Amino acid sequence: MNIVVCVKQVVDTEAEKRLDPTSWRLDRTVENILNPYDEYAVEEAVRLKEAHGGEITVLCMGPEEAAAAVRKALAMGADRAVMVTDPALAGSDTQGTAHALAEALKPLEFDITLFGIMSTDAQTGQVPAAVAALLDLPLLSALNKVEIRDGALSVHRQTDQGYVAYECPLPAVLSVAKGINEPRYPSLKGIMAAKKKPMEVKDAAALSLVPGRIGGSGAKTRVLATSNPQPRAPGVRVEDQGDGAEKILDFLLKEKLV
Amino acid sequence: MEFALSDEQQAIAKAVRDLMEGEIAPRAAEIDEGEKFPAWVRELFQRYDLFAAMLPREYGGIDGSLLTQCVVMEGVARVCASSSMVLGNQSLGATPLVLAGSEEQKRRWLPAFATGEKLASFGLTEPNAGSDVKGLSTRAVRSEGGWIVNGRKCFITHANVADLVVVFAKVHEGGGDQITAFLVETDRSGYEVDKIEHKMGLRGSTTCSFVLEDVWVPEENMLGRVGEGFPILVDSLNKGRISVAAQSTGIALGALEASARYCKERTQFGQPLARMPAVQQIVADMVTAVDAARCLTWAAAYKYDTHAPDMVRYSGMAKLFASDAAMKVTTDAVQIMGGYGYMAEYPVERMMRDAKIFQIFEGTNQVQRLTVAREFFASL
Repeated sequence: MNIVVCVKQVVDTEAEKRLDPTSWRLDRTVENILNPYDEYAVEEAVRLKEAHGGEITVLCMGPEEAAAAVRKALAMGADRAVMVTDPALAGSDTQGTAHALAEALKPLEFDITLFGIMSTDAQTGQVPAAVAALLDLPLLSALNKVEIRDGALSVHRQTDQGYVAYECPLPAVLSVAKGINEPRYPSLKGIMAAKKKPMEVKDAAALSLVPGRIGGSGAKTRVLATSNPQPRAPGVRVEDQGDGAEKILDFLLKEKLV
Repeated sequence: MEFALSDEQQAIAKAVRDLMEGEIAPRAAEIDEGEKFPAWVRELFQRYDLFAAMLPREYGGIDGSLLTQCVVMEGVARVCASSSMVLGNQSLGATPLVLAGSEEQKRRWLPAFATGEKLASFGLTEPNAGSDVKGLSTRAVRSEGGWIVNGRKCFITHANVADLVVVFAKVHEGGGDQITAFLVETDRSGYEVDKIEHKMGLRGSTTCSFVLEDVWVPEENMLGRVGEGFPILVDSLNKGRISVAAQSTGIALGALEASARYCKERTQFGQPLARMPAVQQIVADMVTAVDAARCLTWAAAYKYDTHAPDMVRYSGMAKLFASDAAMKVTTDAVQIMGGYGYMAEYPVERMMRDAKIFQIFEGTNQVQRLTVAREFFASL
């Protein structure tokens, strides 16, 4: 069972996020971390490896500094890494990113390519689907259970009401939902071992990427404007005059929370 | 002087921070209130190899660097000083073996200390011998194939859960009393923990008295030779104090962060406390103290790792400065949070109680100042 986990480095969830006023790109000079959603993918890969053997490759497109996020995935138990890094890739949209990842995936032998459901920065969730389309592989997204049975996938796809069960032959592209597992912390020995694991670095030329499809100039989408989110509206205040419980229940019913 | 953290040390710092925030922070108050050794914390630290940061690489450790140990200790103590004792005491108990153990003694114990499977403890203090170690009254006399040890030790961290205690005792030989170190397994007949103290702080770490009544240990349990106990304990404490400085820095950092965050949220007179000059003056001194404590601690660790001749002075300076900083910063954290700071609902009152012992143990700060002055004058 060979697995590739695609990961991204993102701005720390707790850091204040700022957009550059001219390029509309996210200011990434603050604290950066492994995309929290990708941690579920890494954890799921490590669990599948523990159950079925095989090798885990971490694939990451990003600037050189993103190696720190890759090393965290290696410390959690992945075996090797491929970094796709090139100044020409900066500003790529989801299609450009998918092109780069798909080309990097082609020479790798894998049964499963795993993604987190989305990145916490752009939050599009498009890349797994685009990669699957480019590789002409089945896509199963937003999974909250992944099992291998008789050499095929048996998965649950999360929905608002419950889940849908699917079976699927290998190889396939999967994205896993938050909460599918509890990602482990990297152990100290895992961190030290990560230093010695192979990390291959590839640029756009090495992957024969099409220049017109990558970077800001190759992006098919363009940011026209941005605005800050509205400050959160004040909460609803319920005065209890003997009917407090009823009022709260009415509110919850109206919001479809119960 | 160069003591920048490597990529791995930075990753370790981050991993420890995440582990502590995720697993220990929600239960730190409970650990304090429990007044017992937190066995689950030990298991957690075993699972994530934190004990391995206390030991040399060749015996199952991470990299054997005191700087790495300091990074871990600060990160743990930032959230829970009691939990940091699980590691700190392992280091202090293992260090005499690291420094003076025979290869056989090291092979027997250090790998199990590095995994946390066995716990070590350091048995020096006695009712009448604290800073004045020459006043030890525990004695060892030769017996067939080994030694018989008699005495009483007090204020010994984790003696009730340790597998091995390094006991310092006097041996009367060559016309005088000679301090000598012995490895005493706690399952030996005659070893008994008879008291566990109630304390002001660090309450999730047990502080014990034990008696040694005709405890026989074989010859191979002597650490070093007769009379080498004093240099062994001095060298162990020189290292231990730097680790204690890192714990102190962590406690101060935890209190700084908790109180400063509160000051950003708490509004009085129409503005957050963080905007008030009176509060800013205090916070500026707190953050300066924390960063200065860390710099001095890392410098001392660097001196230790590189065998610098002025390591002893740096060890004393780091210990006294960082623990005084921890006391001051935690007290100020309570102060700027006002009434809430004093309440157990917030963590800073616990941190203030925990900080006090760091000015006292591993050599009081007054004794440290004597050492620093003596070392400095001698170097002129």
